[in-house]
Amino acid sequence: MKAVFQYTKGMLSEETTYCPGCTHGIAHRLIMEVLDEKELLGRTIGVAPIGCSILAHHYMNVDMCESAHGRAPAIATGIRRVQKDKIVFTYQGDGDLASIGTAEIVQAAHRGEKFTTFFINNAIYGMTGGQMAPTSLIGQKTTTSAEGRKQESSGMPIRMAELIATLDGAVFVERVSVDSPANIRKAKKAVQKAIEVQEKRLGFGFVEILSTCPTNWGLNPVKSLEWLRENMIPYYPLGNLKCPGEVK
Amino acid sequence: MAVHKLIIAGFGGQGVMLIGQMIAYAGMLEGKEVTWMPAYGPEMRGGTANCTVIVSDKKISSPIVTEATAVVVMNLPSLHKFEKLVKPGGLLFINSSLVHEDTDRDDVEVCRIDANEIAVRLQNDKVSNMVILGAVVSKTGIVKMESIEKVMEKLFTGNKSKTLPLNKKALTAWEA
Amino acid sequence: MKNKVLMKGNEAFAEAAIRSGCRYYFGYPITPQNEITEYMSRELEKHGGSFVQAESEIAAINMAYGGAAAGGKVFISSSSPGIALMQEGFSFLCSTEIPLVILNVSRGGPGVGTIQPGQADYYQATRGGGNGDYHLFVFAPSSIQEAVDMMAKAFEIAEEYRNPVMIYVDGVLGQMMEPVVLTEPLPPFSGEEIVRIRPWALTGTEGKREHNVIKSLYLKPEELEARIMDMDQKYQRARKELPLYKTEGLEAAEVVFVAYGSTARITEEAVELLAEEGIQAGLIRPVSLWPFPYDVFDQIPDTVKVVISVELSRGQMIDDVRIGCRGRFPVTLSSRVGGILITPPEIAADARKALGVTA
Repeated sequence: MKAVFQYTKGMLSEETTYCPGCTHGIAHRLIMEVLDEKELLGRTIGVAPIGCSILAHHYMNVDMCESAHGRAPAIATGIRRVQKDKIVFTYQGDGDLASIGTAEIVQAAHRGEKFTTFFINNAIYGMTGGQMAPTSLIGQKTTTSAEGRKQESSGMPIRMAELIATLDGAVFVERVSVDSPANIRKAKKAVQKAIEVQEKRLGFGFVEILSTCPTNWGLNPVKSLEWLRENMIPYYPLGNLKCPGEVK
Repeated sequence: MAVHKLIIAGFGGQGVMLIGQMIAYAGMLEGKEVTWMPAYGPEMRGGTANCTVIVSDKKISSPIVTEATAVVVMNLPSLHKFEKLVKPGGLLFINSSLVHEDTDRDDVEVCRIDANEIAVRLQNDKVSNMVILGAVVSKTGIVKMESIEKVMEKLFTGNKSKTLPLNKKALTAWEA
Repeated sequence: MKNKVLMKGNEAFAEAAIRSGCRYYFGYPITPQNEITEYMSRELEKHGGSFVQAESEIAAINMAYGGAAAGGKVFISSSSPGIALMQEGFSFLCSTEIPLVILNVSRGGPGVGTIQPGQADYYQATRGGGNGDYHLFVFAPSSIQEAVDMMAKAFEIAEEYRNPVMIYVDGVLGQMMEPVVLTEPLPPFSGEEIVRIRPWALTGTEGKREHNVIKSLYLKPEELEARIMDMDQKYQRARKELPLYKTEGLEAAEVVFVAYGSTARITEEAVELLAEEGIQAGLIRPVSLWPFPYDVFDQIPDTVKVVISVELSRGQMIDDVRIGCRGRFPVTLSSRVGGILITPPEIAADARKALGVTA
């Protein structure tokens, strides 16, 4: 009998702490599957953030460390200097990357660090209980914006992919979504390309992954996917912003 | 047992840090204990610059100097700031090209050197610090003149080696 | 005689780190330690290492964490306000048990304070500004030579204990020049050594072992408590093994000074000044600030009337001096702050005052 599907060796068979319907699992699996398919698991080092995915190292079957809140790109920079021939990635949420860690992500991209950042944008702080993130949408109700996010006090939601794309050191930048099978397939392609960019040491790679947070959005998993499609994608357009000729 | 405690002060660009380091280096070559300590800070860039050099036969504890065996002042503010630190009977070197005031001290030996004028006569205003250095080394005996020449040979290499004869000449020019 | 070289403290510290096998340095400019960052930027790559000018001290300490977690011998340096920014990282490095050598070339505070020397980071160094039950091992050399010799030792201790080690000097030692005999250069870790010496490091599984995870999050209280107790055992061992000090003239002393770093050198001269007046003064120089050498205070004879903590701070080490004295002697403070160095005559005057003697 021929196996037509196998669980990727990149994921450990641990029960996750993620809420039902959360799309972290999909993002985890995409990254690990790509590394597995490229036979890179044994040569990969990952950095987990502070946020729901702090326990990513519990599920991802590669060497990993935790980071202080927002500092993953600095840590990956240090790892990259010592382990020069390895694949290094950070996995960060929007509070971690787009708020407390803006200096580290911008400067890592600016230096053109040869690692890849996977940025999970679900427009909210998940682990701490649903507070407003820099990525929360205008009018979005959170525990720190009970009346909905207002532009006059909190500004407009930050588009990290576009911001990172302005930096010469960032050579691969793409925004993807995991709301549908079609988009998941596209997301996987972006992950593949981003890793290829790193294998070829072309520069910094950045993949923004639009995700859901059913618990803190107060929606069921299906409605959450709809909310992502109807609200997030119009503000955070999907697509590639930058890709070096070598991997096209 | 000799302990020389020297303060050299002037403004940035006069090379006071360099001559202090050269004395420390020469002391080390003679097998003595030495320390060199700069006053560091924003004033290093154009304002007053000063450093402290100690050359001693025994281990040096404090690198700071509250009573100097000799003080070198290359400009007027330095005179006002440091003349009081010369210990009675000590030496006060004054760059008389730039310092036209007299010292209030009558209990120290004053040595006026027209350093910039002498340097100009040597065809290079830049060696005024070496003129003073020569005077300080001769009058204090803090290190041997040969040691300073050795230091010059170690420091002025490559492109700078062509300045070596001039710098050596400057060391004795104060006597003329 | 070994080859003596005349070096500025900061450059000697940097060279000593390289000679201790360090090949990775992450730094951010701050006075009075810029010569270190500049030296590393020039020299490390010549030795096959890496230098990164970080965007902040926060990034620098986290780069150091990543580099050391990946198996590198890492050294970082900064000065007081920069060290303040690194405190979060120190807590992480201690909790994940990652070896690192840190140098603080301290200046006066609080706030921006001054770029002139100060010792007001004693609490910061020995009590820590990061969260949780952790300790840095802190050593305070008083000469460039001692700092250079200590550098190699610091890397050894960091490795053996799997804990960051801080060398704490002030701007005086960073900026001054003294003749120094550099240590014999040690090679950096090879890839095999990293795997052997730091089997926990992030080197990639190569499909040969289970994945390594470096973490400080423990959601089960019992697990975290067990971790902290493990760390505490290490700290208890350090309290026994690492205290380091020097004493001078404690026998028959009337007054005993306690001073560390450059201030200890200045105090030595005050001891001489007092001897000329017939006042017998002793000196305790704590070389390790954490663990503090409390036991040495039992060597203070009963002839002593007062113990004086000499610091470039408004009485920080004095707390440890009091603990060491166990109430046997009155303890007073002799200090200058604001970037001003205390002078031997000032220290001598404070001693006379404490003894109730007129000059």
